[in-house]
Amino acid sequence: MNATLKTSDTRPGVEAIAAKGWLAAHKWLILRRSSQIGILLLFLVGPWFGLWIVKGNLNFSYTLSFLPLTDPFIILQSLLARQAPEKLALIGVTIVVLFYLLVGGRSYCSWVCPVNPLTDFAYWLRVRLGLKGSAHISRPTRYWMLGMTLVAAAVTGSIAWEMVNPVSMMHRGLIFGLGLAWAVLLAVFLFDLFVMRHGWCGHLCPVGAFYSLIGRYSLTRIKLPARAACNDCMDCFAVCPEPQVIRPALKAIAGTPPVILEANCTNCGRCIDVCSKDVFAFGTRFNTTVAPVTGVPQTAPK
Amino acid sequence: MDNENKPSAAARRQFLADTARMACGVGLLGLGVGLYARHAKALPPAAIRPPGALPETEFSAACIRCGLCVRDCPFDILHLAKPEEPVSTGTPYFVARQLPCEMCEDIPCVKACPTGALDHSLKDINKSKMGLAVLVDQETCLNFLGLRCDICYRVCPVIDKAITLDRQVNVRTGRHTHFIPVVHSDHCTGCGKCEKACPTEVASIKVFPLYMAKGQLSSHYRLGWVEKEKAGGSLVAPDVEHRYNMPEGMKYESGKGLSPSAPADAAPGSAPGSTSGLPRAFQGGKL
Repeated sequence: MNATLKTSDTRPGVEAIAAKGWLAAHKWLILRRSSQIGILLLFLVGPWFGLWIVKGNLNFSYTLSFLPLTDPFIILQSLLARQAPEKLALIGVTIVVLFYLLVGGRSYCSWVCPVNPLTDFAYWLRVRLGLKGSAHISRPTRYWMLGMTLVAAAVTGSIAWEMVNPVSMMHRGLIFGLGLAWAVLLAVFLFDLFVMRHGWCGHLCPVGAFYSLIGRYSLTRIKLPARAACNDCMDCFAVCPEPQVIRPALKAIAGTPPVILEANCTNCGRCIDVCSKDVFAFGTRFNTTVAPVTGVPQTAPK
Repeated sequence: MDNENKPSAAARRQFLADTARMACGVGLLGLGVGLYARHAKALPPAAIRPPGALPETEFSAACIRCGLCVRDCPFDILHLAKPEEPVSTGTPYFVARQLPCEMCEDIPCVKACPTGALDHSLKDINKSKMGLAVLVDQETCLNFLGLRCDICYRVCPVIDKAITLDRQVNVRTGRHTHFIPVVHSDHCTGCGKCEKACPTEVASIKVFPLYMAKGQLSSHYRLGWVEKEKAGGSLVAPDVEHRYNMPEGMKYESGKGLSPSAPADAAPGSAPGSTSGLPRAFQGGKL
């Protein structure tokens, strides 16, 4: 293996940085991290500085005593445990569901969820350390996990999953005090690092699985108007946390239109960043037209 | 079976094996989560839920662990359970001995709850039932030892209703009075002020969850004096006036003994045909 090649040429995004400049090749990543940090800070300035903009946590938050936002997944569990929420929580659910129908269900995962930076870091480190091999669990396992949490709620008559949910444990912990939750988060981190590539967020997390159900019908999508310009550098596959969603739209498999309609695309926009050919862009699910690219055949090679 | 669209037997076997693997793995995890959640429903006695909290079985289904009650508590008394604590992760509680509920009149914690895990129909904090104070140790309670500590009685926000001082003779000295603190469950809110203020090394009066602290009479039990008050009089037939069974024509007077009675005023019981005053066994001329 050529050492110089390994360090300088094969890392995803190198071509894009050369073509577009560093900033343009990290635009969505920077925006996304800003969103994750910003949202967390909104929750933290209350307990830290007494600036109560947002109260609560991701399960339910109340912004400026005006805007209620409720996690629909926890309300679903509460309903299955045979408890109906009050009006405020229901208004919050409606707002959140409508919002994610607009921006993409699993946008929650990549733009809001505090576990995402943790597992992203685990993946980054995994690549850096050159850790190969990964336990095989199929990606739909997350839907079994989702089913399990709902059955557990119904059978125990309590929101059982909240006892162990690393997502809410991390967010609540950062705001209200972590306790031993760090051990759970460390376990998730180590699992992603050593046991399984994109293990938690990409295969197991029932919260993400729930939001993907909203994502099935959501408006904002990654479109690929210039898919014919793809030079098969594979950088998008390398950075995508859910690479299986790219291929059908990119390669026009079975006549798939040039838009990623897969429920598990997290709208993170990393593919837009790392593509030197500007194949990807944010659009809507109705962006099914292919932009004419002069001199390149529109049907992708089989 | 030889249809091209159908997956091969090997692929089908693989699919079934994968599915079984997933289902079993996730099922195992689910079992663990379920059992853990079951255990957590047994709230430790020292953990007291905020005012208006539903019974624990319903609370663990209705509380969405958002912490709004914690935020709106002006005295920072509530906290959310951390994973290592023996309370459902993320649910609010307080420990009376550390910081008791201040019983705000507007009950901001209940108002803040978005789900009804804290019952919004609770409008009067004095009606809340967070728990019930119990004078757990008569051997260490200073009032039981004959002192006039009275602290629990004095700090009680529902003074003279939730805790009263009942006077009893101090048999040990023979000339002093014990002022015994007595908790009345119909007025005690379980705020925990008494437990917090109790001066003994370990509190002699403690707040326990209602299900632990309160007994229950069998449903068919009636308290005679209560029933009497309700009915406006005794529900038992009045006692029959005692009559002596005297030799005919005689009467008995205390201190005087037997003497002949006036014929007209003969005891009614002795009159023939009027046996109503006699016990049933003696009726019918069986004497």
